[in-house]
This record gives sequence, structure tokens and C-alpha cells, in this order.
Amino acid sequence: MKGTAQEKIPFFRDPDKLAVFYQALTALGVALLAYYLIGNTLANLERQNIATGFDFLGREASFEIGESLIAYSAANTYGRALVVGILNTLVVSFVGIVLTVILGTLLGIARLSGNWLLARLSAFYIEVFQDIPILLQLFFWYAFFYELLPGPRQALQPFAGVFLCNRGLIFAVPEAHPAFAYAGIALLLACLATVILKKWAARRQEASGRYFPVLQTGVALILGLPALTWFVAGAPTAMVTPVLSGFNFKGGVSISPEFTALLLGLVLYTSAFVAEVVRAGIQSVGKGQREAAMSIGLRPSKVLNLVILPQALRVIVPPLTSQMLNLTKNSSLAVAIGYPDFVSVAGTTINQTGQAIEGVALIMAVYLFFSLATSALMNWYNKKIAIVER
Amino acid sequence: MTSITGSGGHAGRELGPPVTSIGVIGWVRANLCNGWLNTGLTLAVLYLLWATLPPFFNWALLDGNWFTSSEQCKASEGACWSVITANIRFILFGFYPHDLQWRPLLAVVILIVLLFLSRNRRFWGRGLLYGWLLGLFAMGLLLKGGMFGLVAVDSDNWGGLPLTLLLAVFGLAAAYPFGVVLALGRQSQMPVIKAFCVVYIELIRGVPLISMLFMSSVVFPLFLPEGMTLNKILRAQVAIILFTAAYIAEVVRGGLQGMNRGQYEAAESLGLNYFQTMRLIILPQALKIVIPPSVSILISAFKDTSLVVIIALYDLLKTTQTTLTDPKWMGYSAEAYLFLALIYFLCCYAMSNYSRKLEKELDTGH
Repeated sequence: MKGTAQEKIPFFRDPDKLAVFYQALTALGVALLAYYLIGNTLANLERQNIATGFDFLGREASFEIGESLIAYSAANTYGRALVVGILNTLVVSFVGIVLTVILGTLLGIARLSGNWLLARLSAFYIEVFQDIPILLQLFFWYAFFYELLPGPRQALQPFAGVFLCNRGLIFAVPEAHPAFAYAGIALLLACLATVILKKWAARRQEASGRYFPVLQTGVALILGLPALTWFVAGAPTAMVTPVLSGFNFKGGVSISPEFTALLLGLVLYTSAFVAEVVRAGIQSVGKGQREAAMSIGLRPSKVLNLVILPQALRVIVPPLTSQMLNLTKNSSLAVAIGYPDFVSVAGTTINQTGQAIEGVALIMAVYLFFSLATSALMNWYNKKIAIVER
Repeated sequence: MTSITGSGGHAGRELGPPVTSIGVIGWVRANLCNGWLNTGLTLAVLYLLWATLPPFFNWALLDGNWFTSSEQCKASEGACWSVITANIRFILFGFYPHDLQWRPLLAVVILIVLLFLSRNRRFWGRGLLYGWLLGLFAMGLLLKGGMFGLVAVDSDNWGGLPLTLLLAVFGLAAAYPFGVVLALGRQSQMPVIKAFCVVYIELIRGVPLISMLFMSSVVFPLFLPEGMTLNKILRAQVAIILFTAAYIAEVVRGGLQGMNRGQYEAAESLGLNYFQTMRLIILPQALKIVIPPSVSILISAFKDTSLVVIIALYDLLKTTQTTLTDPKWMGYSAEAYLFLALIYFLCCYAMSNYSRKLEKELDTGH
């Protein structure tokens, strides 16, 4: 394609010119659509006398929120109410993700267990919980709390100090004592020491080939140091036990039925998917890998730690992250059972102010931020663990 | 199984494996009780089953009330399935006029027959496609009426199972072409088109469906010119289509990326242009690869339709909840939700089973 030949090609056969043409056409189409929609919207807003802009964030919210991590009352602003909602979403997502990963991993391993009964049971669980809509499960657990569980007076007591009734889950907590603060500091120090120890052990092994049992020492440090601190500081064992007074419990920590139902539904649903991810990851490591590792004399724990897990995690982590993200997004269904998460608070805000566009935009922006942040983290991790080709 | 041949004078007489390693005992030893850990696990699982299953069966079946009044239910200890049998027509069809409920029933039957025919790969072809188009049209006609002597039924009265199926099937059918276009756009060499597609796909996949449904119920009406309104079901349907399309686009992109470069080059060397290449060479192969994941998307779309409860559409879940607010039937949520769970489970299980079977069949494994 040079010189004279190029001049003869009519523009509608020249891929380069066509590309420009198509792109201009698309851009124009999108712009026209946007112009049309925005025009309609502005006209409608004008006609219905709806205010625009985010000024409402500074106005008084005048609605109560059932549970909140930070101080909040109806006299606070919409902005603060929305922050309460975001924090509630984060709390339920975080706790949910931790529990889901634990339960999902156990289920995934059980699914591959040599024990026929356990493997069948796990497969049954995975199939059933994947196939029932999450919203239905949430309604079921919510109804479970409000209809099937007894009132505080006849509360179930599965363990000493733990009460389950239609007011939620209530349990005893240790009485405040400085020993717990010291133990917390000790825990942090132990974690720090373990990280340093791990680096040191790796360097020593590179240099001298001598092995240091980091895992055992680390576990001993992380469990032992806080326990020791607690013991030295006086070993306080006093508990604040919930006591029935009137129609409700006093003392202890109580978790609302809404939160518990939401958490239960999210964890049970998502862990079925996580179990499949874990199973696929473990199965992706070839049988030969395990056999080769055993044939060079590694102990079973080493085989798992040094050979199987690093390869399985590479397969597991990306879909696992997307399941965590799914859990976070599904936590927005809290609005259906009355847990004041972000969507629920934003919905109330929309109803009160009538500023639907801003409200929906806020919801989308917050969730979009969560998922973009997660995928950025994911890309960084993928790069870190990518197979180094030699 | 190995066998030991006796030596010496008894040549030819075979000793079977010991009785403890074959048959039922052998199976139990190998699969349930090999080692302390497994024996313990088996016992724990057996205890769990023993503690939960018999009471559940007692409650659900032996003491269950199937066709009783609510008073009789209150007096009984067992499950009250009567909450379903007494309200089955409302749960399945919502506010659809009572005398005309044969129409949504017929529509559901048509859909099930079509799905059943589509299971068999021998029927795949142009005929089935026309069958689907005709079937979808007939379903819409049966629900809506107003033609061929059928009384028109306002869509505000649609509800229950037909609505759930309608949202899922129409949603996927309309979202698929859109999703394919988005996937092609994302794989395109043209930066402007690619940018639009990437932004759309990532934006939609980053937000929960419920925010789209909120948008459909409160923001869509503002987008429309004055005097023009869309009914609630259609708005929710649009939201579901826009949402599902982004997920389909990612699945289709997987199929496109799975194509061998040689296919593109071969098509180019034949002198085919972009559209011919895609229509004749790439898409037929890529779409075949992505049939199994597409079925998974159909399953999630089917489950996700239950979210329309939140914007107060009367789908299967909402009609059930409405039944439960009736003072006569209050307090039987467990039974009603278990029934719904069974419906959803059966549908999804059939689909996911089919998807697995298809994956095996389509895996020609060259």
C-alpha cells in the first residue's frame, strides 16, 4: 500500500478512515443520547421542583439509625448518616468475608475428603446453597429470628453465657481490665516479631541452608506472648454476663437480629461458592507435584506449605477476590431486612429529599470505589505471584 | 483387584481378597473408617444427621398439615404446608385475574416445553430459533392479551412465577446480543469504542444490581420526556438487561480470547472484512465455547430476579411474602420459604446439571 495505490482506495474501503468514521459516529451517538437524557432530566427536575446538587449532605437528616459505630442521632446531617451506612456496610462485609473464607475453605477441603459421607454432605451443601437466591435466604434467617426463636424470657442458651432469642445474639464479655490492653499490645509485638523472624530465617536459610521452624515459633509467639502478658497482669477472669431484666437483657454484648440474619445469609451463601473455588484450586495442582515433593523426602506439612499451597493459591486468589466483592455487593440486600447499611440509608435519604439522581450516584460511586480498589489490589497481587519465566 | 494364586500342589486355586477389604465392609473401611481422624469425622457426621434429620422429617412429613385450615395448623405441632396449598394460586400468579389464570399457566408451560426441547442438541438449529421467537411472542400475548379475542390484562397485575420467568428469560434474550456487541467493542482496535465499552462493563460490574433497580424505579422516569411513562415491570426489565449484558460481555470476551490467532489470520487472508470475519468465522466458534458459562449467567439472572421485591414488584418471592402478611397465615414463613427454596433449587439444579453435561459433550478435546 504505497504511493498511487493508496490514492485510489475510496474512503469507504480504507480501514483506517473507516475506523475514524465509526469512532466519530459512536461518540456522536453517545453524546446525542446523553444530551437527550440530560435535557429530559433537567426539564423534569425543573417541572417537579426538585433541587439538584449535593447541598442536602449538610442538612439535618431527622431519621434514626438502628445501629451505628459512631455517635449518631437524628439531629446529625445526611452526610454523617451516609458515613454511618458506609461503616455498617464495611463491618458486615469484613466480618462476613473472614467467616466465609474460613467456612468455604473447610467445605472445599471436606468436598475432596476421602471420607465418603463428609464429601457427600459437603457437595450437598454446596449445591443447595448455591441454587437458592441470597435474598430468599436472608428472608428465611430473618424470619427464623423473629418467628421461630423465643422471646428473651425463654431465650435459648447453646453455651453458657450465650443467649439466642428474637432480640438477637447476646453473649458475655470479659469485664474491662488493663490486662486486656496489655495483651493487645503484646499481640501486636508478637506479630511484628514473627514478621522479622520470618525475614531473618529466610535470609539465614539462603546463606547457610539451615532451616528454622518459623511457623511453629510464630504461632507460639502470637498465642503465647499475649497469654503470658494477661497472666502476669493479674489474669482477670471476671465476665459481664447478660442478665434478664424486664423484657430484655442487660449487660454483655448484643448483636441485632438484622445483623445476625444478614451475616448468616451472606456467609452461608458465599461460602458455597468459595468452597468450589478452593476445590478447583486444590485440584488444579497435579498429582505429580505431591508425589515429587514426597519423593524428595519432604514431610506432609512441608508438601502442603512449600509445594501445594503456593500453586493452588495462584489459582484460588483471583476468583476468591471476586467472591469477596460479590459478598460486599450482596450486603446491599440488607435494605430488604432492615439492617441500616449504606444502600438502606441512601434509600431513606432519597425518599426524604427526593434527590434520586444524587442518591443513586452516591450508591454507585461507593460500590465502584470498593471494586476498583479491590481490583487494583488484585492486579498488584497477581503481578507479585506471577510465575517467573526463565 | 489382585488375587494371590496358591503355589505348590494347589496350583490354580485362587485365594480371594480378605473379606474385610471387599464388599460392604471393605467399602466402609476404605471410605469411612480409614484412620482415627476419618472414623471420628464419620461418627460426628452421623451424629449430626441423626440429631437433625429425624426431627425434621417428623415436623415436615409425619406431623405436617397439608390441606387444613389455619386454625387446625395452629393447634398442630407439625409443619403447616397448608399456607402454600391454600394460597397456591396467589403465590404462583399474583394479582392476575382469577378466571384468566390459565393464560399465565399456559405461558409457563410453553416456556418449559421450549426449554425442554432446547436441552436436546439434535434440535439446535434455525427451527428452534423460530420456535423460541414464536414462543416468546405467544407468552407475551398470553400475558398481555388485547388481541385475538383475549381480554387485555394490565401489566400491574402480572405477578408470581410468570413474572419471575419473564424477567429472567426476556432479560437474558435481550441482553445476549447487547453483551456480544459490548464484548466485540472491548476487543476492538478502535480506542474510542473500546473505551466506551470498557467503562460501561466495569461500571456495571462494579455496582450491585439493587442500585440499578433503584435507578430503574426512581431515576429512569426522569430520563423520559414529559408525558411519556414506562411501566414498572418494563423499567425493571431494562435494568436487568443493562446489568446482565455487562456480565455476558465478559463471558463472551473469554470466548473471543480463547480463539486461535490463526482463525483471524485465515479469515483475513481470505479477504473477509471485519463483519464477515466475526459473523462467519469467529462468533460461531467463540459462542460455542461460552455456552456453559452462559448457562451459569442464566442461573444467576434467574436467582437475581428475586431482587425486584425491593422495588415492590410482585414476583414469586413478593407474592409469598404478601401471603405471609395475611393474619390467618402469619408465622409460617419457614414453610413458605422452604417451598420457594425448593422451586428455585429445582430450576437452578436442572440448569446447572445441564450446563455440566453440555460442557462434557462440547469438550471435543482436539
